[in-house]
Formats: sequence, structure tokens, C-alpha cells
Amino acid sequence: MGQNSHRIVITGVGLVAPNANNLREFREKLLAGQSEIREVDIRYVGKVPAGLCSFPETKYRKKKENKRGTRAGCLGVYAAHESLHDAGIDFTEYKTERTGVYIGLTEHGTVETENEIYNISQFGYNIDYWTHHHNPRTVLNNPAGEITMSLGTTGPHYSIGAACAAGNCALIQGVQMLRLGEVDLAICGGISESTGSFGIFASFRAQGALAAHTDSTKACRPFDRDRNGIVISEGACVMTLERLDRALERGNKIYGEIVGYAVNSDARDFVLPYGPRQAECMRLALNRAGIEPGDIDIINTHATGTRQGDVEECRAINEVFNGCGSTFINNTKSIIGHTMGAAGLLELAGNLPSFFDGWVHPTINVDHIDPECEIANLVVNEAKKLDGVTTILNNSFGMVGINSVVIVKRV
Amino acid sequence: MMREEIKDVILEIIKDIDEEARLESLQPDQPLRDQLDLDSMDFLDIVMELRKRYKLHIPEDDYPQLATLTSCTNYLESRLEHV
Repeated sequence: MGQNSHRIVITGVGLVAPNANNLREFREKLLAGQSEIREVDIRYVGKVPAGLCSFPETKYRKKKENKRGTRAGCLGVYAAHESLHDAGIDFTEYKTERTGVYIGLTEHGTVETENEIYNISQFGYNIDYWTHHHNPRTVLNNPAGEITMSLGTTGPHYSIGAACAAGNCALIQGVQMLRLGEVDLAICGGISESTGSFGIFASFRAQGALAAHTDSTKACRPFDRDRNGIVISEGACVMTLERLDRALERGNKIYGEIVGYAVNSDARDFVLPYGPRQAECMRLALNRAGIEPGDIDIINTHATGTRQGDVEECRAINEVFNGCGSTFINNTKSIIGHTMGAAGLLELAGNLPSFFDGWVHPTINVDHIDPECEIANLVVNEAKKLDGVTTILNNSFGMVGINSVVIVKRV
Repeated sequence: MMREEIKDVILEIIKDIDEEARLESLQPDQPLRDQLDLDSMDFLDIVMELRKRYKLHIPEDDYPQLATLTSCTNYLESRLEHV
């Protein structure tokens, strides 16, 4: 391996978001603050704001395969193919057996189990009507496995269960596997099919954390005084990772290098986030990257629009980045909702073009900033042009106390 | 249910599993799996759909009798005669 073999870069991005199904369109809509969150009727729950994806589902596999598989698999297969296409990889320069697929999931199997219980409820709960597809659909490696079947890759595949930090964690897994020499190409993604589960909506509602608003596009409002919870969205983002030396040899475009990362645990509470540990996580990632807080141009926040979560993250950012006048802060969920397992990577993807266009996409729906969420340089409602962007820090946190931070630098 | 109706039901179920299935060129006495993109899981889908539609429970030992369109129709004819 060459001297740049330990340096891992992103060379492909494929995505499905509630407002786009490719990075160009996604970026345009993020810069414009264009939310396509809408009112959706969820079984047993009723009408709630949510983000649903519209994309060409049969572009890369047959409708028959989509029916057999899961929604997560369907989203993931599309995003994975798009990512490899974007990276210019057709497996002439990489071996399929040296390719790993690592997919971050907040949860999996919930949708399929709920659907199947609903199905047998139509037959008097007679389990003779329970589908034989249940187990292959609900095994935790399902979306990653469906991707390998579609791509024909025979290296490792598995899922990373890390609540809503899962996207970042899948990316980190890919970096680690490349550095260990386990694979030569890492297909890293985050996927969410959570909008298919009434239980996820109902649980957030029971917790008092499900957003409601007369205008669905205004329902997700992190940092705003009147925020009232999470907007659940489906989505997927798959990034293609390879070693810098190979990427330079191939000559494909490089989105950025993953120069730092960290994952830690609150070890405190099932649902409540904890700012001091988030601050530790950010510092650890900065230390690994060998950079100072002031070197970060954009912080993409995790904030989901819950009362305490947003405050905790703002405290953490204020603690670590206090006085960093050139660090700007935004939030992607305000535009696309919370894509759960996909959030980390979709939100990172939406900011990667800043390296090339210099813009910071806005946080929308901040009409009255919550005094407890006052942070310097929050980019509110309108995109902001910077002189240049070289480093982005992406926060992604999750339930049961998991924090993750990824730092990407322009190459 | 008449033979022709049974045949139509089988074809309808297959079409529902795979809408791209080319049924017009199907040879009734040749194995379905040799002619269509169907695997064992798809066959279980056919069995399940018959169960849902007609409360017909097909024992696993009888699955070989579903191999061709003709054998399938033969097998179902007596079992669906009162449907």
C-alpha cells in the first residue's frame, strides 16, 4: 500500500431524500430551503407530517424483487447503484470480493413485523397466513444483503445498528475496514424505512416528541421557540469510499477525505441526549483529525426539533466552538425531516457540495430563535456564501445515548 | 370453479408475483420454473395466495403436483369445485 493508502476519501454519493433522488437536485433544494414534507395518513395514527421519497424504484431491479424485499432494501439498492455510478466504478478496477457493504440502520424489521401482524389480523390472527418472507425481510443484514444481491459484490456485508447515529457509524466502519485492509472498496450507507411503521410515530407521540403543525413544511423547526418534535422521514444515502492513492490513480472526482471521527456513549438515559458527552465526542473527532475547532467551516447539527435535544447540542457546540467566528452552523432536518438511520449520511451529503460552491445551506423554520438555542453563526432561513469551505463537521446522535461525529476535509 | 377459471386464477397469481412474466408463451405441460423467473419462495407465494383466496391448505407433500400449469389445474380442480 502507498503512503496515501490510510487516507480514505468519498468518491461517490447516491441518495434518496424526501425532496430529491440525486445529489444535484438535493443540493439545489437544500440551498433554496425547499421542504417537501407533507401530511401523510399513517395506519392507526392518523394524519401527521412526514417525508416520503419518490424515485424510480425499478431503475436497478425488477418490481418483483422490490415486492419480495423490503422498503429499506429498495431505497438502498437504488442509492448504492447511484453511488457507484457517481464514483465511476464498474468493478473493472476493483474486485467484487474485495468490496464491503456497511449499512447503518436505526431499526429494522419493525415495518415488516407490523405489516405481517396486520395481515394475519385479516385472517383471525391465524399464523398459517404469516408470510414465509418474514425472516429474510427482517434479519438485520437485510438491506445490506439486498444491495449485495443487486450489485453482485461478494465481500462482507452487514448492518450497523446505532439508532440515529447509524449513518455516520456506517461511514466510520467503512473507513476502519479500508484502513485494516479488509476491503479495497467500501459501500457505506444509511437507510430509513421508518415512515412505514405506525409504532415509531406512535412511540414519539407517546413521548411527546412527534411534531405537529398546520403547514407540514413548517413542522420540523430545530432551534425555534415553537418547535414541538420530530418529523419522521424515509430516505437513503450511500457513499463510495476508497483509499486516496487508488482514487487519485483512477482520476474520479473526490468529494472529500474523512480526516476525523468519533463515537461515544452517554451511559445515562434511554432517550434524553447529553450535551457534555456530545462535546467530548466532537473534541475527540477534532483531536483525531489533528485540527482546532476554528478550522471547522461548517457544523451540520443533529438537532431534531425536540425541546431538550436541540438545547443540549447547542450547549455542546457553544462549549467546544465558543469564539470560533469563522465556523457556520446549519441543520438539514429542518428541510427534509429526520431520516433516522439515513440522517447522518444524507445530511453530510447535502453539505459536501459546499467544498465546491462555497455556500452553506440554511436551517429553515427558525422564526423565533429559542434563547437556549442561541449559537453564533447559525445560518437561518437563507443560504450563506462563504469565501471558501475546506472542513465540515457532521453531528449525528441517537437514542440510548450514542453520539457520533465525522469530519470531512476537501482534498 | 371450472378448469379454465382455475387456469386463469393461477396465471393471475403468477402475474401478481411477477408482472413481467411472459405467460402467453407458457407451455402448459412444461415445468413452470423452467419457463418463468420463479423460485421456491415464489411457489410458496402461490400456495399462500390460494390459501388466502380459497382457504385451501396444500400439504407440502403435494407441492410437486403444482409443477406445471396442467398438473396444477388438475390438482386444484377437485379442491375448488365448490368455489
